Amino acid sequence: MIKVEAIIRQERFNDVKNALATAGFPGLTTYEVKGRGRQMGYTLTFRGKEQQIDLLPKMKIELVIKEEDLDKVIELIRQKAFTGNIGDGKIFTYRIDEVIRVRTGEKGENAL
Amino acid sequence: MQIDSGDTAFVLLCAALVMIMTPGVGFFYGGLVRRKNVLAIMMQCFISLALVSVMWILWGYSFSFGPDKGGFIGGLSWLGLSGVGGAPNPDYSSTIPHLAYAIFQAMFAVITVALITGSFADRMKFGAFLIFILLWSTLVYDPLAHWVWGSGGWLKELGALDFAGGTVVHINAGMAALAASLIIGKRRGYGRDPMIPHNIPLVMLGTVLLWFGWFGFNAGSAITCGAISTTAFVVTNTAAATAALTWCCIDWIRKGTPSVIGACTGAVAGLVAITPAAGYVSPLSSIAIGIGAGIFCYLAVLFKVRRGFDDALDVWAVHGVGGMWGALATGIFANIAVNSAGSSGLLFGNPIQLGYQAVGVVAAAAYSFVVTFIILKVVDKVMGLRVATVDEAVGLDIAQHQEEAYS
Repeated sequence: MIKVEAIIRQERFNDVKNALATAGFPGLTTYEVKGRGRQMGYTLTFRGKEQQIDLLPKMKIELVIKEEDLDKVIELIRQKAFTGNIGDGKIFTYRIDEVIRVRTGEKGENAL
Repeated sequence: MQIDSGDTAFVLLCAALVMIMTPGVGFFYGGLVRRKNVLAIMMQCFISLALVSVMWILWGYSFSFGPDKGGFIGGLSWLGLSGVGGAPNPDYSSTIPHLAYAIFQAMFAVITVALITGSFADRMKFGAFLIFILLWSTLVYDPLAHWVWGSGGWLKELGALDFAGGTVVHINAGMAALAASLIIGKRRGYGRDPMIPHNIPLVMLGTVLLWFGWFGFNAGSAITCGAISTTAFVVTNTAAATAALTWCCIDWIRKGTPSVIGACTGAVAGLVAITPAAGYVSPLSSIAIGIGAGIFCYLAVLFKVRRGFDDALDVWAVHGVGGMWGALATGIFANIAVNSAGSSGLLFGNPIQLGYQAVGVVAAAAYSFVVTFIILKVVDKVMGLRVATVDEAVGLDIAQHQEEAYS
């Protein structure tokens, strides 16, 4: 089992979420996060005073999937989160030891 | 004609009360939109206050209230408020300075354009919006105000009653909103993505500012402080309260819980409906008008959802339909015993009044819808009404103003 963490643009979130659900991955956890990449944000001017906005708002999506679905999920997130501009985000993957459904005690892929 | 200091003080304070309604609309709408668009709609309301205020001084008042041209529009002789000064005007303000009447009316022109913003929330270019209100206020609001309130205006001559602007402000804004929502199209993701009101306390703040300011709107429209303004004050409060309760009851029965936004929306619907009737009906009649406002506006919201046109914040359902009900209700419940300068309606032995009211409703609704439609088509052709898809996705606050509401 693989945990996929994707940090994406807020405005792409609904498209990614809907596409995942359509492709059979409805379950996920999301956070509103702030972060930065190599560009360190951008500059805004408030009442004449320049402010460096170095942490940009993003959405983080986490979902755990079967190993064989990994390529499909990554491709789907890439497609839907893509704008082609700097700041489209990143995807991280991790191996998961165990999953336990709290309500029934089921384990492993059955609990996904 | 002598200036009455009490009346003058009253009307100036009422003008200030009506002024606070426009940012009140901004709070109301701001709470209803998503977090990424709250500044944009509050800015549209706020800038309406600035832009229409200036337009009103330069030409708006003259077009609306200037010497009559064929019952359709006011003439040019009061451009720049020339000749509109400290002396009373026999047609409009026999006990207060003409200038006090002009600034009181300015606030009505301001709030009417602010009301429309709810229909194209989340997707209109700011520049196109400015051009739109410039044209709309001049070509739609000013003539309509003249028809109904201007000396020699054809609806006024006909005998249609509109105490404080049910036709001029609310039917007008509601029908313009309907036209706007049809032309600009649905919000991106409408019906698919969640579009949840982001700050309901802000909605309630806006509602109470509206309710508070509405005392100036309705009571002030007596243009004198005495029995009629007191009646208007009392029925305004009563109708708002009744409609809020009505909306709550319907929500409670249909959905199992009374909604906060519903109570706020109901109050506004009641305020809208009592507006044309305010100086002409008794407190008991205002309860009936409030109940009707709750029911009809609620049905209109459901109708809108079923038909799927995206009048985002229900300007048509609340102001358009509420205004129409109020105008017709004036023809039903008006009583000459309440206001000797008014007329009686259907229930008090004068059924023809309902006919006059219906003519006013149809004329205002048709004029507003058609001319708004044309104006928006032209602005769309020339500069485009709608923001780019990516800007809409990012949100208008950042895309149009480079600012965030909550950072």
